[in-house]
Amino acid sequence: MIPVGLPHFLVLSAVLFVLGIFTMLTRKNAIAVLMGIELILNAANINFVAFTRYGAVNFGGQMAAIFVIVIAACEAAVALAIVLNLYRRSQTISVTEANKLHD
Amino acid sequence: MPELFDIFFYLFALVIVTSAVLVAFSHNIVHAAFALLFTFFGIAGVYVILSADFLAVAQILIYVGGILILLVFGVMLTNRVSNIDIRAAVRSRIPAFLLCGALLFIIVSLVTSGHWIRYDQPPWKGSPWNHDAVASVTTPMQGTPTEVSNNQGSQGTALEIGKLAMTDYLLPFELVSIVLLVALIGAATLARQDKSNKSTIRMEEST
Repeated sequence: MIPVGLPHFLVLSAVLFVLGIFTMLTRKNAIAVLMGIELILNAANINFVAFTRYGAVNFGGQMAAIFVIVIAACEAAVALAIVLNLYRRSQTISVTEANKLHD
Repeated sequence: MPELFDIFFYLFALVIVTSAVLVAFSHNIVHAAFALLFTFFGIAGVYVILSADFLAVAQILIYVGGILILLVFGVMLTNRVSNIDIRAAVRSRIPAFLLCGALLFIIVSLVTSGHWIRYDQPPWKGSPWNHDAVASVTTPMQGTPTEVSNNQGSQGTALEIGKLAMTDYLLPFELVSIVLLVALIGAATLARQDKSNKSTIRMEEST
């Protein structure tokens, strides 16, 4: 058995990324689509941290991962606000049915 | 006999992949939200074995404590539980499956065929591809005292990250704080009740 190295983490992150893409593509519920986006951002973060650990980037990758986490928090807050607004206006959060945010 | 590092990697990878599959395939959106909890915890575990302790704590605090709670709030507020409309409808599974399979194949073949350059440079890392060094970084108690004091894994990464945030990454740090403030104000403005329009259905704020 090969000792766990950088490619293992990259493959794990690839699997997570693809599952996130799949969630985004197949779900109709807007919140489930948001969950797919969170999976994708986490996959990117695993790559950043793995490269920090195994590469010579000297904590630059971890800084990038922190920025990704902060941006993800902003994105979740704004997206949830939009979804709640959408639900209040049109009683649906299906991304295939919703077509207006304003009367 | 596999190393402890390997065992923990495969354990966390199993947790992450199974719960992410649940997120992707579960019919119940609430189940998907709770599976996402385990995904986030597994990723925090991966950060720990990658000796990124500060990020692991930030992951648990922000993702599990913040973003996931927001998502669960969103699920609870927008699903009519009484009508059993909580099932998440799906669309176009077969093309998405084919596309994702192709994407996974491409990424994995790229990763496995890549010639990854070995960096032995940063002294605190030791030699990452030398498995004994990895084990000594991840479990500092097993290393000799000089090894432990040489790698910064024993001190934690918060010190280095704090230094970087105040020096090399000062501008992005300040910008991201402004972005966070703007996002908070924007979210509050968007989610606020529209006072002028009484015809909109009010959310149940009492619950």
